[in-house]
Amino acid sequence: MARARWPLLAALALCLLLPLVLDQYKLYVLSLTLVYVILAIGLNLTLGYAGQISLCHAAFMAFGSYAVAILGQHGVPFEMGLVLGVALAFGWGLVLGFPALKVKHHYLAMVTLGFNIIVFLVLRNWESLTGGSFGISNVARPVWGPVSFKSDRAFYFYILAWAAVVVASAYWILHSRWGRAFRAIRENEMRAEVVGVSLRNYKLMAFAIGAAYAGTGGALFAPLLGYIDPGAYTLDRSIQFLMMVVLGGLGRFEGPFIGALVVTVLPEVLRGSEGLYLIIYAVAVIIMMLFMPKGLVGLWDLAWRFSKSRTSPSTSSASLR
Amino acid sequence: MALLEIENLTKHFFRLSALSGVSLNVEPGELLGVIGPNGSGKTTLFNCVTGVLPPSGGHVLFRGEDITGRTADAVYQRGIARTFQLIQLFPEMTVLENMLVAAQEKTGTLLSRLLRREETKETTRAQELLEFLGIARLQDNLASNLSYGQQKLLDFGMALMSDPQLILLDEPMAGVNPTMINNLMGHIVELNGRGYTFVLIEHNMEVVMSLCRRIVVLSQGERIAEGTPAEIADNPLVLDAYFGR
Repeated sequence: MARARWPLLAALALCLLLPLVLDQYKLYVLSLTLVYVILAIGLNLTLGYAGQISLCHAAFMAFGSYAVAILGQHGVPFEMGLVLGVALAFGWGLVLGFPALKVKHHYLAMVTLGFNIIVFLVLRNWESLTGGSFGISNVARPVWGPVSFKSDRAFYFYILAWAAVVVASAYWILHSRWGRAFRAIRENEMRAEVVGVSLRNYKLMAFAIGAAYAGTGGALFAPLLGYIDPGAYTLDRSIQFLMMVVLGGLGRFEGPFIGALVVTVLPEVLRGSEGLYLIIYAVAVIIMMLFMPKGLVGLWDLAWRFSKSRTSPSTSSASLR
Repeated sequence: MALLEIENLTKHFFRLSALSGVSLNVEPGELLGVIGPNGSGKTTLFNCVTGVLPPSGGHVLFRGEDITGRTADAVYQRGIARTFQLIQLFPEMTVLENMLVAAQEKTGTLLSRLLRREETKETTRAQELLEFLGIARLQDNLASNLSYGQQKLLDFGMALMSDPQLILLDEPMAGVNPTMINNLMGHIVELNGRGYTFVLIEHNMEVVMSLCRRIVVLSQGERIAEGTPAEIADNPLVLDAYFGR
């Protein structure tokens, strides 16, 4: 696992340098990718590591977005909105963790799916608070006294800083004993409990932390677009996050980076093909799932194994970890 | 005081009675055998004691404390570990990680497990145990890549990781080759000599008869006999239970 460190630092260096060469639109796509990386890391923790299916990641994201948007309208600093949004997402993540103690797999998928729909309906109908279907426009970007993050470039670096915080904290959590307990629950829930792993504590935490990351991503998403409406937080969006995590590689630390990049950038690349792009995109996803069930990280593994087997033929596949 | 006291333990699955009023005591340091025909309730007994299944009635006392109906993790933290008839491991984790999971939740709080990174002590213990069981060289392999016998040994090793006071072994010899059986028997005897208390469910009579000084027989969810291996072998009730009248 320690080999995840160098690619991470390389990616950070690349993210620091890229704005020098990118035009405004490409910078926007990169900013969006970083926001999605944050969200995908959250879902990867809940689903990839702890094995708890969640189809309401977009709903958790909405708490972050609406908290900064609504508080921003009243002149409250962005960071306070973010903290409130993350706290709300964390709290609701805990609440959603409770059904996970009773139901599993597709039943849990139904519960979380239902929650996403409820949140969407509340956002659309509680007009006095959320602006209903019209949403909230002119979501303010953070300003620290004389330092303003209003420009696209400055806000990009602001997002990058938060992404670094999220990546570092996720790395810390997943490489602690919690990470091991999460994986144990995913691998064999009954056995985990019989060696002392409290299913209640860890499942609740897996949901709540995943949701808190979604809240963080949501809080950054709103000012990036400058405008939010309930349509951005539907089940479709949750499924998009699911796709990022599965495509990238479930339960692999590198997975969300690759998944978020592919799911965000691929449609942009295909945009030139007009109406065909959705079809090409869908076919590409199906092919990737058929031939790379372990996600795109699986390709990396294959390459690694290949290069290793050429240099030292005796190493077994088991030493991969 | 007995280490484990099972009083009148009952378990119903709908109308089927898997355990009906089973009582037995396990004394500290003993190696108790539990035998009985298939479906007699042996594994259900283990499941009810370890919190995998909630009993329908009766009490389980461990070191005098009532642990009836506690969750499995709480029972484990009090010092009861077990193995499984059908191997239960964490297949996509390494052998060493499997061992470490079995140690990390025994002490401390949820927060301390997030903050404490140092694991030298646990890792050393895990490696010593793997050495003892003869599978130390496999520590970085995924558990799913182990052979059946090696998985049984790992399952056994995990049960030892938390330094439990009581270890429940559910058919440790089933499907294991004769060399490995001797190997495992040696381990059990040695650990028992060091003070570990065992309850052993086993179908291999040679193993039970040679290891255990006291045997309890279950049949159709009831305790029908108890005694030394010689007494059990001569008990007509036991013969009836196994071969029918």
